[in-house]
Amino acid sequence: MSGVRVLVGTRKGAFILSSDASRKSWKVEGPHFAGWEIYHVKGSPANPDRLYASQSSGWFGQVLQRSDDGGKTWQAAGNDFQYAGPTSTHQWYDGSPHPWEFKRVWHIEPSLTDPDKIYAGVEDAALFESDDAGQTWKELPGLRTHETAHEWAPGAGGLCLHTIVLDPKNRDRMYIAISAAGVFRSDDAGKTWRPANKGLRSNTMPDEDKEVGHCVHRIAMHPSRPNTLFMQKHWDVMRTDDAGDSWREISGNLPTDFGFVIDVNSNDPETVYVVPITSDSHHFVPDGKLRVFRSKTGGDDWEALGKGLPQKDCYVNVLRDAMTVDELDPCGVYFGTSGGQVYASADDGDSWNAIVRDLPAVLSVEVQTLR
Amino acid sequence: MLPRNLQILAGVGRTIELEVDQPVTQRTILDALEGKHPALMGTIRDRITKKRRPMIRFFACEEDHSDDAPDDAVPEPVASGKEPFLILGAIAGG
Repeated sequence: MSGVRVLVGTRKGAFILSSDASRKSWKVEGPHFAGWEIYHVKGSPANPDRLYASQSSGWFGQVLQRSDDGGKTWQAAGNDFQYAGPTSTHQWYDGSPHPWEFKRVWHIEPSLTDPDKIYAGVEDAALFESDDAGQTWKELPGLRTHETAHEWAPGAGGLCLHTIVLDPKNRDRMYIAISAAGVFRSDDAGKTWRPANKGLRSNTMPDEDKEVGHCVHRIAMHPSRPNTLFMQKHWDVMRTDDAGDSWREISGNLPTDFGFVIDVNSNDPETVYVVPITSDSHHFVPDGKLRVFRSKTGGDDWEALGKGLPQKDCYVNVLRDAMTVDELDPCGVYFGTSGGQVYASADDGDSWNAIVRDLPAVLSVEVQTLR
Repeated sequence: MLPRNLQILAGVGRTIELEVDQPVTQRTILDALEGKHPALMGTIRDRITKKRRPMIRFFACEEDHSDDAPDDAVPEPVASGKEPFLILGAIAGG
């Protein structure tokens, strides 16, 4: 019987929420790694029992955990993330040069085909890979040493590589996103990279359409259309249909186009979800209403979805890795909030229910569709 | 003695007994600890520089030894196993 397993990273541990395909009744397990910040938990598409978790702490640094039994038990994998070769500087908030320093793993992206292969996006921004299930790590230094890297500057959360998107039809192609540098694409499995930000405009830079420096918050792809990507930028919701060679704005009638998350319905590559946030100075939803906005036209025309979500006195945020979709039909959509709620929709977003309401602040939400 | 979070990470109790090479110093204690429990590597001191992480403290015999040189001998009661060498997370966060 099919079902889903929702993997939740929070400020104080990881939680695993599971249900059958009806997605009505949920079992909540956790906290795993209680007291630690869990930036991301993700399962291998090639082996759903293989999970990886990024566990970190201001006291004790970075730990990478691995489970081989769907999260019942965990073992510490490797945590030796050393930049390959000499490090240089990036821009600091005041524009001065600042040395590159490893701080944490923000995002884990397991290979689509090999459960032992995994990528990690880290702060300060770099991409690492492991071919032995996370025991050892090596940097793919072509990104960090890109000729523009000295111009990259941290967003409020740090200079983080927070998004990794693998092309399911071209194993040599991948995309990453960095706050605040932008999107980069590799066509040779991560050896070399080129910026993919044409069409972005950011008024936080003196040259608004510069090649790099954009604070991209999240990019998402439907596996059937790998040349189409959707982006939630610091401000602006964007779309490309040529693999990042050019982007166009699709914010349309959104109440605000600031936000963090964006995702695509698994059954319809033109149905897209965002959660608008008031502004970069007000990191909470507009008007005290928690609403997901859905476009069934690939952008521009958006409808508010609030059935089952709080529609007054709500002031939560939804962070960049905290929305995901399952592969069932109708599509399940999930997101977690800074208030510790994890909401699920089993009907493409038409209605919502809280799976849990009182977790620590949610940093990430992923889902595995189990068949 | 280890902080609770590291006890769980290493799968050990509050107190760990270690055979430590002479002379007994912070460095040789931590070398022995990490050798026996590799999951702790990088969580107490930097992997490369071996510098204590900023929010880790070392106490022994009712004294703060956090800023001692890593190759200084620890107090004799610690070296002889009569007193524990305490590794703890700094008070922070309110």
